[in-house]
Amino acid sequence: MAAIVTSNLVKRYAEVTAVDGVSLEIPEGEVFGLLGPNGAGKTTLISMLSTLVRPTSGTALVAGRDINREPLEVRRNIGIVFQEPSVDDLLTGRENLYLHSMLYGVPRAEIAGRIDRMLEMVKLADRAGSLVKTYSGGMRRRLEIARGLIHKPRILFLDEPTLGLDPASRKAVWSHIRELRATHNTTIILTTHYMEEADSLADRIGIINRGRIIELGTPDALKRKVGRDLVFVTGALNADAVRALPFVQSVEREGGRYKISIEDSGVNLQALLNAGGRIDEVEVRRVTLDDVFLKFAGQQISDDAEEHAEGIFERVAVNKAVGR
Amino acid sequence: MNLNAVWALLLREAKIFFREKERIVSILISPLLFLFVMGQGMSGGQSPVPGYTYQQFIFPGILAMVILFTSITYGLYIIWDKRLDFLKEVLAAPISRATLFFGKTLGGMLGAIIETLMLLVIGALFILPMGPLQVLLALAAAFPVAYMITNLGLTIGAKMKSMEGFGLVMSFLTWPMFFFSGALFDLAGAAPYIRAVSMANPVTYAVDLLRIIMLGRGHFSAWTDLSAIAVFCLLTTAVGIAAFGKLQQEK
Repeated sequence: MAAIVTSNLVKRYAEVTAVDGVSLEIPEGEVFGLLGPNGAGKTTLISMLSTLVRPTSGTALVAGRDINREPLEVRRNIGIVFQEPSVDDLLTGRENLYLHSMLYGVPRAEIAGRIDRMLEMVKLADRAGSLVKTYSGGMRRRLEIARGLIHKPRILFLDEPTLGLDPASRKAVWSHIRELRATHNTTIILTTHYMEEADSLADRIGIINRGRIIELGTPDALKRKVGRDLVFVTGALNADAVRALPFVQSVEREGGRYKISIEDSGVNLQALLNAGGRIDEVEVRRVTLDDVFLKFAGQQISDDAEEHAEGIFERVAVNKAVGR
Repeated sequence: MNLNAVWALLLREAKIFFREKERIVSILISPLLFLFVMGQGMSGGQSPVPGYTYQQFIFPGILAMVILFTSITYGLYIIWDKRLDFLKEVLAAPISRATLFFGKTLGGMLGAIIETLMLLVIGALFILPMGPLQVLLALAAAFPVAYMITNLGLTIGAKMKSMEGFGLVMSFLTWPMFFFSGALFDLAGAAPYIRAVSMANPVTYAVDLLRIIMLGRGHFSAWTDLSAIAVFCLLTTAVGIAAFGKLQQEK
């Protein structure tokens, strides 16, 4: 059974159309990444699926229930980790988890045990008795994640779950997400504008821009649409000769240099350089989801260069960690 | 009605209420000013109820004022919740909007009842000697009054978009509700237009009921007061649940 089926979901506000006709099907147990720049409509889409915002038109089935007609039934099956912290400042971490468990119908006898396990998982056990207003941003986020998981939802929405977290906490969150899927077969819908996050976690990725899903597929399939590797070349490149090579997918000018996408740089780079003419400088890297986004949306996802640089570093580190 | 959820919502308000001790005190300041400064200052004035001073006469009205201001302010605070995203967590919970509304109302009543109790004790000690039965009856009367006013505050809060409206509600609703309630004067001697406005004001019946309990004399009968309060309770429940049903996450 599909965990989520949306048909032509639209949300229009006075000035903008935040979500512009999204039709999606997400099977049970999938980690689905919703990737796009800020303001692309990710949060609005999630808010509609979690019944917090009513669609202007269209509808969706979440856990087999209609979001317009049976919002309460939808809410029984979902958990949400919000982008903006919504933990209660004036309560302690433990109290936040307790109240949430009561609201979400966790059996009373199980509450204390689950709270302990969750606090352990997000490494907040030693601060559980402190008021949340004394927590750092990362601690709040971790508490928020613990809260979203404590009632063991069948479908979990994570809206930018690692926004503002340091790399270590981010990786901890990633491993919780993987574990959750492995142990409970939880369907997870994750929004992010961190490419490496979507890449390393998601089974499938929907790239969203201006309220529309512009590309949909596995991370590898999406990247193959751009090529496997990108070669950046400065110098007097013989572009036509390069374009004629069988392993070259595209040659474009980008910022004073050529961007050449090819199939396998390990095998083909030498041939490319031989055919290219006088070349001053060469840089080779793997295709990232950012390249995919650039190709299909005509812009980059992260406008922040520093963030992007960190992203690449992270990706390498994570690939090593999972042995890829 | 999901009782676990109601309990959770009430528990949250209780914990926050007792953690914000400044609030408990600050709410009592203006009623105490009315009682001890104005009530004292006008001690030469005629009390409409024979055998009682003016200060004693306005005490039930000041008690109603505490309930009114505590309850309305609490209700309007839901705008903050909306702003700070606390509300999202509750709106996304698998509880009906009626449950949410009821839990919120109980939470607001809690504050009003505690303030009432504190003022009742101060009053019984320093202003108006009362027996334990009178104190208990006055406290019991505070429940439905706090209920309907909290409902009203929550309903307005649910409809309002920003905290800027807070001052408007206080100026154009809360203070008029206080002044037109007969808290500071006797309705029997008031101009007809004032009496007409007062009749539509739920606080009027609250003041009157408290006056009957504490002074033994009111403008209406206790049954009229109780019936009017019951009608306002039902009305505000219906309107409030409808308003909560339409609550959405903003932005």
